[in-house]
Amino acid sequence: MALLEVSNMTHYFGGLRAVDSYSLAIDPGEIRGLIGPNGAGKTTVFNLITGIHVPSEGRVSLNGRSLIGLRPHRIAALGLGRTFQNMLLWRHMTVLEHVKLAHYSQISYGLMSAFLGSRKLSREEIRIEENALRLLEIFDVAHYADQIVTNLPYGAQRRVEMARAMAIRPKVLLLDEPTAGMTTEEMIQMIGIVRRLHEQFKVAILLIEHRLKFVMELCGRIQTLVFGEVIAEGTPYDIKNNPKVIEAYLGREDIT
Amino acid sequence: MTERLKEIYGSVPVIGWLIGMLVAVVTESAFGAGLAYALYLPKVPALLGLTVVLKQPSMFPAAILYVFLIYALPIFFAAGLTAPWANRMAAAMEALPLWLSAILHLGVLYLVLHLWTDMSDYRLQISKLTMIAVMLTLSINVINGYMGEFSCSHPGFMALGAYASSTFSLVLFRQDRLFGAPILPEFLGPYMFPLGLLLGGVAASLGALVVAIPSFRTRGDYLAIISLAFMFIVKSVFENLEVLGGPRGMGGQPHWATLPAVFIGMAVCIVVINNFVNSTMGKALNAVRDNETAAEAMTVNTRRTKMTAFMFGAFWAGVAGGLYAHELRYVNPSSFGIQSLAEILAMVYFGGLNSVVGSVVGALSIQMLSEALRPLELFKWIIIPLLLILVMIFRPTGLIAFRELNVKRTLGPRVRKSGG
Repeated sequence: MALLEVSNMTHYFGGLRAVDSYSLAIDPGEIRGLIGPNGAGKTTVFNLITGIHVPSEGRVSLNGRSLIGLRPHRIAALGLGRTFQNMLLWRHMTVLEHVKLAHYSQISYGLMSAFLGSRKLSREEIRIEENALRLLEIFDVAHYADQIVTNLPYGAQRRVEMARAMAIRPKVLLLDEPTAGMTTEEMIQMIGIVRRLHEQFKVAILLIEHRLKFVMELCGRIQTLVFGEVIAEGTPYDIKNNPKVIEAYLGREDIT
Repeated sequence: MTERLKEIYGSVPVIGWLIGMLVAVVTESAFGAGLAYALYLPKVPALLGLTVVLKQPSMFPAAILYVFLIYALPIFFAAGLTAPWANRMAAAMEALPLWLSAILHLGVLYLVLHLWTDMSDYRLQISKLTMIAVMLTLSINVINGYMGEFSCSHPGFMALGAYASSTFSLVLFRQDRLFGAPILPEFLGPYMFPLGLLLGGVAASLGALVVAIPSFRTRGDYLAIISLAFMFIVKSVFENLEVLGGPRGMGGQPHWATLPAVFIGMAVCIVVINNFVNSTMGKALNAVRDNETAAEAMTVNTRRTKMTAFMFGAFWAGVAGGLYAHELRYVNPSSFGIQSLAEILAMVYFGGLNSVVGSVVGALSIQMLSEALRPLELFKWIIIPLLLILVMIFRPTGLIAFRELNVKRTLGPRVRKSGG
């Protein structure tokens, strides 16, 4: 059985069918891509899987466990990490605090310890801090640890967001346009980062991208979503040559 | 010259300043009355001369001289002179567990406060009310600052706490017009007072539950309106409960809110809130404020977090309300209305959001200002809001906002190596 399994997921926003019987099965350690033009419903798919919206129909399960109806924080704690297209960082918090906070579900002390500052609390805080620093090291942002996150350069903010997502110990990582707003050079760097985290953490990845080069480079299989429907699925080579995909991106050209 | 002064006074640790203050208050209790007489002051200036500024302007120069001779001179003299010694002491205390060193510092601070308030009853009452205001400001900062919701129900929480703990002490330990004969012997009372305050806190937390549940659905303006409505509901409930005295209120609470009681209450409040907001669990409040979706995606249970923050903030407002009731020994519903809300909000937004030090500074400065401006009567409420507007324009988040209080670093020595 696949690690993350989505079957016939459909969602309506009022009368609009945003996602139409979407299915997906990711195995451990796989990298999958989801492409499609603007407004195709890619982010909605992410929001449905992570529980921000509850799908109107269909099933979502992680490791055989159904995620339908669970609150997003429970789903995340079960092992579904994500980043956001517009990087939802906490603007008053430092880089280290970001990654520490993502350990929230792993905190072993209770509220009373937090109030009284018990020894258990300080031990646990030290453990979390060490773990967080190690993650910052991996994403090459450790030297920013005590800075407020909004003071960082754009690329570093993206990496902080990824480190934060990895702190929840995900089994599947959902990356929503990790190269949005990046230069070609930064994008190539990001390919290296995603590859490295994939090898190091053995995590399955589902990524949304606009830039075909990025997807082609990383993903084993790609789905193309247009108006909420998957119109094509296959290897990068198949997708690149699929006439339906070309049409969706470039429009039809009648050659006379 | 200024360089040299900066060098000396930059190296004075907290304990050094406390020693300076101790010297100053001892000086005052020895020579204060005599000096006041010599300077033709009718009595010892109660609040560092703040109160005479508007009431008797002609005495202002004498009051300034008094403050300089009694406070400024001894504090700076003693702090500067004992700096090397104080640094060694701070270094020695650093080796102790943090809580012990904090208790030692607080002990000295209490001694200072005790000697200082011994000089006048007015001073004593203002000090107690200020400490209660610190608790209120800090507890509303948990909700409005750390969690970033705009809650207006704090006077309501305070009222719940005040009434609950007043009922506790009147029913159990006092012969009273509302509840009749006491149930327990009165000498037990002071020992049970913490329990009464706890009860007040719990009552306020339960009230907070009522506000917290709609807060899951709404944010910003809507929550402000809901919480404001809650405040009015609490007020009119107490106005209509004849059992609790109705609009005439409740009087005759035993005088248990003594200086040590209020001081310990405030110290525990500061320590617990500071611990909480600096823990990863408490940082979840900031994450909920800055971006709730992201917080939820990073495994933070945002509902539980909001509920905790509301109930926790309300708890301390309730405890503060209990102390307030036992300090004034009279409560009535109209003391927990919109004016009280305005004062609390002024303190927290003036002092600074998301900051323990900011709350202390805010409560202290608004309280002092309000005492200094008392002769202006109603115009006081023109000047304080004006000041608040200025702060909002130049420092939108308050004087000392978004600063963490690291107790260890604050109390530590300022100079690592002795000599040099």
